[in-house]
Amino acid sequence: MDILSLTATQLGSKIKAGEVSVTEATEAALAQIKKLEGTLNCYVTVDEEGALRRAKEVQKLIDEGTLSGPLAGVPVAIKDNLCTEGMKTTCSSKILYNFHPTYTAEAVKKLEEAGAVILGKTNMDEFAMGSTTETSAFGVTRNPWNTEHVPGGSSGGSCAAVAAEECFYALGSDTGGSIRQPSSFCGVTGIKPTYGTVSRYGLIAYGSSLDQIGPVAKDVTDCAAVLEVISSHDKKDSTSVERQDTDFTSSLVDDVRGMRIGLPRDYLGEGLDPEVKAEVLKAAETLKEKGAIVEEFDLSLVEYAIPAYYVIASAEASSNLSRFDGVKYGYRTQEYEGLHNMYKKSRSEGFGAEVKRRIMLGSFVLSSGYYDAYYLKALRTKALIKQAFDRAFEKYDVILGPAAPTTAPKLGKSLSDPLKMYLGDIYTISVNLAGLPGMTVPCGTDSHGLPIGLQLIGDCFKEKNIIRAGYSYEQARGAWKAPQLTETAKKGAI
Amino acid sequence: MANKISDETIEYVGILAKLELSEEEKRQAQEDMGKMLDYIDKLGELDTQGVEPMSHVFPVHNVFREDVVVNGDDRENMLRNAPAVKDGSYKVPKTVL
Repeated sequence: MDILSLTATQLGSKIKAGEVSVTEATEAALAQIKKLEGTLNCYVTVDEEGALRRAKEVQKLIDEGTLSGPLAGVPVAIKDNLCTEGMKTTCSSKILYNFHPTYTAEAVKKLEEAGAVILGKTNMDEFAMGSTTETSAFGVTRNPWNTEHVPGGSSGGSCAAVAAEECFYALGSDTGGSIRQPSSFCGVTGIKPTYGTVSRYGLIAYGSSLDQIGPVAKDVTDCAAVLEVISSHDKKDSTSVERQDTDFTSSLVDDVRGMRIGLPRDYLGEGLDPEVKAEVLKAAETLKEKGAIVEEFDLSLVEYAIPAYYVIASAEASSNLSRFDGVKYGYRTQEYEGLHNMYKKSRSEGFGAEVKRRIMLGSFVLSSGYYDAYYLKALRTKALIKQAFDRAFEKYDVILGPAAPTTAPKLGKSLSDPLKMYLGDIYTISVNLAGLPGMTVPCGTDSHGLPIGLQLIGDCFKEKNIIRAGYSYEQARGAWKAPQLTETAKKGAI
Repeated sequence: MANKISDETIEYVGILAKLELSEEEKRQAQEDMGKMLDYIDKLGELDTQGVEPMSHVFPVHNVFREDVVVNGDDRENMLRNAPAVKDGSYKVPKTVL
């Protein structure tokens, strides 16, 4: 049996049935990591020893009957902006190159309670700021479908690791599309839940009002199962929401008859690659054939989401990242004159260019004289965007569109023009501003063989609608293929 | 470029951001920020008069709890992450001369 090709929940069942041991599963993932990391660089840290030790412990708990959930014993990869006690957590930044958290993020803790085996920490854009995973201080991650291309970002390491079967599922975080866009580029499934569904305790903050943690996996079933485990009301996160309806796997139902699905015309116009458009429309057609009511509509305000986002996210980032000063943890400059000079030099040497760019912009829009014109204006725009979605969800259960305007770009083509890169987030960003749940499901490949992702957006707290639509689509689409790595990529040499 | 970021503004923002930029970085920051603000100015097209700024998408309010210590003393572990430590405290350059 090929253990690696199993989904997380399939592996969980086999472990439960005693057909596969937790150690076998962990060793299989570690072997795949060893084989491919030289090429792909999905991980910042691989904890081989810890994972194997943990595998034995978990096996014991399963054998005793203490652990019986669907994910018990299944190896997972965690994005490197989620704190893991004692395990290096860098946010892919030089400024946290040696940081070992003293506690574990709540979402990761929930996975551990469910019997997860943590393989390591995945690469990302520095502090989750980027769309390609090229801003990492620890090297780029390559797309398993074609190693000349980026995996997307910022959760590029998590998505590439799932696609390359270097783990069975992963956690990512999504502030403006950082789960959904790399899921689209890597041909995996990922959910950004409703804001407040998963505790942010232990997630190193970027834009706190927008950040959400979510699952990345091989299919909708796995995503629903993982989300069910990590959702919780946590007093340690004051924006955490108390919900009773987190039994997400109950909506894994192959039935969309009568479901109202809206296609925003604004998501299908200028800037959208024709091949992406064709595959997304084909997916909409599939759902229509299965009995959904599909129609186009005007969402409006789409072009204002990106400027509003960059004001709000940068403002929050400039505040959140002020804690990195070379005193309590992380990098401190070698030579300095006095305290302020030490702060400034540590930060200037520790942060990369994109992070500095956003801290500068954020400091500017919050400064006196500009606060009203930029920051408050952006918050007012956010209110209007939320209203536009509210109107749409009076008519539709699910909004369907592309996750990104193109497939994965080539390495080295994006960072030289930041504004152009930001425009690639056009279909994902407004979902964060409005706090909505969104999911990417693979729906095809382009003429170069690169994956295309379908995005399903639900109203607040209506993950179940998008899970049902995604699951039904998946049943019609059929099994998704894994990327075929070239022989040279497999050998660890480009 | 409609938004010209002056040398003084970049200096000032550098102070707020606690960043020390090289001359080349400053020039780049002026250009980048000018371009970004030109783009952000698009928001000016929207009539937002009478619209309340939305900082949070749900109508939640302050979340209070009893002021009781629930976490343990983790001093040793926390200090282990510090670049410099002295006598069980973080060590920083002399600040009062």
